[in-house]
Amino acid sequence: MDHRPQAWGRPRDDVYGAYDGSYLNHGGPKNATQSPVVTGTSVIALKFKDGVVMAADNLASYGSLARFTDVKRLHTFHNTTILGYGGDVSDMQFLSRLILQIELHQDYELEQLPDIKAQRGQEVMQANNLFTFLKKQMYHCRNHFDPLWNQILIAGFDDERKPFLSSVDLRGTSFSAPSLATGFGAALAQPIMRKYADTEEQAAKLTREEAVEIVKECMKVLFYRDARSLDRYSIAVVTKDGIDLKENEQLEKQSWAFAERIKGYGTQTV
Amino acid sequence: MFRNNYDNDSVTFSPQGRIFQVEYAAEAVKQGSVVVGIASKTHAVLVAIKRNAEELSSYQKKLFPIDEHVGIAIAGLTSDARVLSNFMKQQCLGHRLSYGRNMPIRNMVDQIGSKAQNNTQHYGKRPYGVGLLIAGVDNTGPHLFEFQPSGMTEEMQAFAIGARSQMARTYLEKHLESFLDSSREELISHGLKALKESLVQDRELTVENTSIGVVGYVRNEEGTSYKVEPFTLYDGQDVSEFLEKVSDANEGGGAATAEEAAAPEGDSMEVDS
Repeated sequence: MDHRPQAWGRPRDDVYGAYDGSYLNHGGPKNATQSPVVTGTSVIALKFKDGVVMAADNLASYGSLARFTDVKRLHTFHNTTILGYGGDVSDMQFLSRLILQIELHQDYELEQLPDIKAQRGQEVMQANNLFTFLKKQMYHCRNHFDPLWNQILIAGFDDERKPFLSSVDLRGTSFSAPSLATGFGAALAQPIMRKYADTEEQAAKLTREEAVEIVKECMKVLFYRDARSLDRYSIAVVTKDGIDLKENEQLEKQSWAFAERIKGYGTQTV
Repeated sequence: MFRNNYDNDSVTFSPQGRIFQVEYAAEAVKQGSVVVGIASKTHAVLVAIKRNAEELSSYQKKLFPIDEHVGIAIAGLTSDARVLSNFMKQQCLGHRLSYGRNMPIRNMVDQIGSKAQNNTQHYGKRPYGVGLLIAGVDNTGPHLFEFQPSGMTEEMQAFAIGARSQMARTYLEKHLESFLDSSREELISHGLKALKESLVQDRELTVENTSIGVVGYVRNEEGTSYKVEPFTLYDGQDVSEFLEKVSDANEGGGAATAEEAAAPEGDSMEVDS
């Protein structure tokens, strides 16, 4: 019997065989994420006169399997900024926790300063500040060859209180436009949104109702043609008055008439 | 043989509950020449008296820009201030890089506060021998903070630290009501007048020994956003136009200003050491 302290509490070799500690050895190369696992599909967003509309469906797919059907992919920050996540859901949850920490930290700071609280809306981080932070975070992770497998849309207002919409992806690439879409939406929804708001000037003429209508239309087209999408979706509107987030919307007035004409896929024999 | 057994390090309390090293550090601040800071709704100003070691030497700088939107005034050990100044510069730059905005002043001040407090409860460390006035603007407007070697930081409307600063504080207390709505120029004038109060009899403010720093918060017409008027330092000939406004000759002009100048004279002899 081995009575040495390093053997205390361990399974006895003479009973269970020698312990295989090889999995503890970190000598070899590490293996970071090579592909996303549970994924969310497109996020789309459109600027209008006094804010931004964003939408994403409530599906998290596991490959082609519609695995989770009530995953909320639009998150809010301080009732001033919306974040829409496409891509890996676990990475989304990681980022979401990170951002919650910042939010809580700021809330505690405000709590200590009742006099400053009167100016609420001035002191918290604006959408552009949060965007810069996320951009650095994404680029940092990719530089460690362990990217956060997401493309994120950030909507809100900038320092000059103008509507703000930007995108950042797993490589830290970032850009902004009057309308943005991730994933399949970039091919299917973007052309529709550009028809209405190709430039900032055109976007600045859109009303809230028009913008919401366009985005809903895009969600419908995405559900028609994107096989990883769902007819339950979330839609959020950010204006100076705050965020109006609806997380359980159902696609309305669907018409599958166009499907009649589609031939040559699946098990059809005609 | 020993006058005091409880002042060898900053971790030992005296039986009276005092930490002498920290108190000595506070004395170092009082040895430094006076600096004054005032904040209004739109600006924060710092003014300072510079000293030269000897007649032929240059004057030691008292005001330092930290970032576009903050500057500090120092009283005490310049070399200790340099450490804090470099730290603040780095923090501001880091914040700008990570978040793309000016670092909130209170955030920054809290950080040097923690840094300084840390020195007061570790054996082998000593407190910073410097006091700071920090003037800056952030999203919430202009701010003035005081920093002490003990690690204590506080937001101030107006304040003065350094040698004979009590006279300057007396002036500031007397005119406190008028600061909030003062213009940029009025605020500087108030600062210079406060400085004058603390001067010894035969000294006066000159272009050589006076420094002025201003930082501003300019709102747009709708009041929805603001621009930073970057922290600007005035030294040498640049301060002459400000000095002229508060020179004794101009002082005689208005009845009100003459009154102001005369009033604090009465108690100017007894206070401070």
